[in-house]
Formats: sequence, structure tokens, C-alpha cells
Amino acid sequence: MNRLLELISENADFTDSQLAAMLGISEEEVKKKIEEYKENGIIKGTNTLINWDKVPDSGVRAIIELKVTPKAETGFDDIAKIVMSYDNVENVYLAASSSYDLIALVKGSTIQEIAEFVSKRLSTLDAVIGTATNFVLTTYKQGGAVFYDDNEEEEQRSLIM
Amino acid sequence: MDYSLLLNQKIQNLKPSGIRKFFDIANEMDHVISLSIGEPDFTTPWHVRQEGIESLRRGRTWYSPNRGFAELRDQISKYFARRFDVEYDPNEEILVSVGGSEAIDLCIRTLVDSGDEVLIPQPSFVCYEPMTLMAGGVPVIIKTKAENEFRLTAEELEAAITKKTKLLILPFPNNPTGAVMRREHLEEIAKVVEKHNILVLSDEIYGELTYGKERHVSFASIKNMRERTIVVNGFSKSYAMTGWRLGYAVGPEPVISQMTKLHQYAIMSAPTTAQYAAIEALKHGDSDIERMREEYDMRRRLIVDGFCRMGLQCFEPEGAFYVFPSIQSSGLTSEQFCEDLIYAQRVAIVPGTAFGECGEGFARVSYSYSLNHIKEALERIERFLDDIK
Repeated sequence: MNRLLELISENADFTDSQLAAMLGISEEEVKKKIEEYKENGIIKGTNTLINWDKVPDSGVRAIIELKVTPKAETGFDDIAKIVMSYDNVENVYLAASSSYDLIALVKGSTIQEIAEFVSKRLSTLDAVIGTATNFVLTTYKQGGAVFYDDNEEEEQRSLIM
Repeated sequence: MDYSLLLNQKIQNLKPSGIRKFFDIANEMDHVISLSIGEPDFTTPWHVRQEGIESLRRGRTWYSPNRGFAELRDQISKYFARRFDVEYDPNEEILVSVGGSEAIDLCIRTLVDSGDEVLIPQPSFVCYEPMTLMAGGVPVIIKTKAENEFRLTAEELEAAITKKTKLLILPFPNNPTGAVMRREHLEEIAKVVEKHNILVLSDEIYGELTYGKERHVSFASIKNMRERTIVVNGFSKSYAMTGWRLGYAVGPEPVISQMTKLHQYAIMSAPTTAQYAAIEALKHGDSDIERMREEYDMRRRLIVDGFCRMGLQCFEPEGAFYVFPSIQSSGLTSEQFCEDLIYAQRVAIVPGTAFGECGEGFARVSYSYSLNHIKEALERIERFLDDIK
């Protein structure tokens, strides 16, 4: 039933009846499956894809790499929990990488604000042994949607017959 | 200077394609959402493109043999054996052409003498009638009916045959209706074809795009039909390779060799780069077909469900990537419906009449578009229907 998840992850606006038609199952089955996914924590919610680049004064975003010393019993989880507890942290990932362990997507109203957040709130954590801050300049694609204005989205097929 | 006196009379009498008009309107407007294009929205699978690029990198830029590269013909032969259970000799019974269209033209010109009648079921793709006329043949239109799910029936065929009948065109899976002929339907047609000793041009370009329980059955695989059938197929629809311009015809040696003669004089050989890519497609492209077919199938279900919900009668198409809903409940003609729809809601679809007069009362809607695109178009069409109620 991953097809159902793929479909709703591409577009949350499909109605249950549309999903049922596409998958060749009943509307009740769709409802039931979605309910199950919610209960199991597979579906965590829906939000709207916003191209913040086009919103005036919407601040800046940065991808912060964190090199962390894991704890003996809880590994990286404890430190990740601290990082994700900040409201301005949007995403947190554990990475398989030789140069860093955690990646956090952080928003702020100015570059200075983010720099300050990193130096005062993240770098100062005991387990954090190093950080690297990457400011986002342009969002080209997010959540499967192309954000960058280009002719790419336009119909390229010709009308020939 | 009056060119009309100098130009060939037959070509001057040909009607321009009816699909064009709506394209032209759509082109002049902003924010039009189109469901009118008749080619895959997928791009050619990457590994297939790569083989084309690799052939260029190696400097393979010469003509190919007239019939097409031996390896490609060999792969086409294997494909027909594994998919449709029909054997063709790659050396004598296969001709690689510039798209399926060239193969259709060659076949008609090879078979039709002046005054011969060619049976053309409609609604169907727009090229059969003009090509027949240019060959000096007489097109005889057979109107397929919605109540038969736009299949050609043995009775309709029988009724259209005269002593002058030379060739039957069999355009299934069908553009624009999405109709398919299942084995039992083809067997009925075969009986009539055999009885009257006519030939069949079976245009199976959408053969890989069927969605029912039974996959496409080639007319050549029906008993005794191989010897009187020329099958036209190609890479455009099945592998999303429209721009490569590559198709082929398979059939009995006496027909294919005459077609090859014509192809040799008019075209020489099909594009070399495209043939290298096509070899890869036939060798390793089965899973690509499956992936695209599944995607088309989901779109098909979405759009058929959408039309049914908004009260547009629509038989469930089992092939190609078109639905052919009836718009008769609107009280408008096909042309008027499509024109009003594009002006009111900026959705472009093609009137059924573009595919033959008997397409009146219907419209062709292509689902060769993303799900999101189709969803938006359905909402607009529904608003349009609500407004004209």
C-alpha cells in the first residue's frame, strides 16, 4: 500500500474517492488505511509547501552541521532532542557521514540571528564538538515541488497534429 | 501567381487536421491547462537516451541499411515472438521506418491501386483518410459506436465490404476513444477478412498501453491472419520516444519488400541514432513500459471516475491514453463545447469531430499529464458544467 502513501505525499488534496479510484480500492479501505497510518505514526500531519523566497521579509534559513560526541547509553538521541526542542529548528536528521553527525535546518529573521543561535545555543552544548553553518540562498526544489521560476515547468511538447 | 493551378489537386482538397484549431486558440491564451496532447509526458528512459548518446560519441553517424540495422530488426523479431507470439524473419519481414506514420503511408501506397476501397473505422487517428486519398484510393468510413465501446464489429465490417475493397485499417488500441479489441473480437473480424480476401493494416502503436485483464493481442496472431496483415508499431508511445521518430512494419515478405523499395526511394533509412537507442529499449526496456503503464492506469482511473462523478457519460477506455466522454448532455456540439470550455475555464480538449464526423457528441481528453495537472483540469471542467446547467 505504499502507492497510497506516495500519492498523498505528492498531493494532500486528493479526496478519498479520488484515491480510491486511482488505486482500485473502496473509499472505506482508503479511510481505514489512512486512519491506520495515523495511529502508527506513519502519517504525521500535512502542511503546505511555501516558497519563502517569494515572501518579503520572511527571514533566512541555514543548514547547520553538528559534530557530536554520542552518549554511551542514548547515543545521539539525547542531543538531537535538545536541538529539536527549539522552535526555530524545522528539521533535524542524524547523518551517516565522517564529517558531522546531526543536521539541523534552522530559520531566523537575519543571518546574525542564526549565527548567534548557533554560537550561543548549539555550540555551547557539552556534546557538540563542532558546527558548520550553511546559509540557504535559493530554494530550487522542496517536497517534490519545483520552486525556482524557470521555463522548466512549461509545456515543452509541441502541438503537431 | 496562382499556385492553385500548379499544386496537385488531391493535396489541395485535403482538409487540414481538426485538432489544430484548438491548439491555436490555447496558444493565444494564458494559464490554459491542456488535456489535448497526444504524446507521452514521460521523457525517454535514461538508459535508452544514453545508448543514443554513446552511438554519437563513437561517431556512428552514417546511414543505416535501408531496412534498418540488423540488430534492431533482430530485436523487433524477438519482441514480437515474446510479446505477441508471432514469428517474423528479421531479414525479410521487418522494415524500420520514420515513426509509425511513415510505415502507414508506405503500406497504403504499396497496397492501394487507383479506385481501391480502404475501410477506415472512425473515430480514429487523422492520417488514414488523407493518405488513402493521396494514394488514389477511396476511403470508406465505418462508424464505430459508443454502445459497442467503439469496437469494430463483424457486422459493420461485412456491411462495408464491396468488390473494390482492398484493405481494412484496424486502429486499436484506439486514438481517440481508448477502445481495444480483445481476442474474441479480433477473431470475429478475422472470419470476415478471410471470407472476402482482403488485407489488414493493423496500427498497434498503442499496443503496450492496455489496462484490462488481457494484454494487447496482435491481429497477426489470430489464426490465418499473419499472411494478410501488416502490423505497424513503433517506439514513440511504448518507450516515450516520440521525438526520435522511429517505427516499423512487420508483415509478409512480398508486401514488406515492396514497402522497402518505396522507403528506399523516399526516405533511404530511418535515423541512425534513434535505432541504437531503440535496440537498448527493446533489450532492457520492459520494466520502463510497466512503470509508465501503471502510472497511466492511475491517471485513467482518476479521470474516468471524475467524469462519471460530474455526470459526463464515459465508457471505460482500456487502451492508449485517452478518454472519450460523451458531451451530449450539455446540449452543445463537440466544437461548441470545447470552444466554450477553453474560453470559460481555460481547459483545452479536442472535439471528437476532429477524428471523424461520427465523433460528434464526444471529446477527446488525453491523460498524458501529471496527476496534479489532471486533478486541476477536472475541477475546472466540473465548474464549467455547473455553470452551463
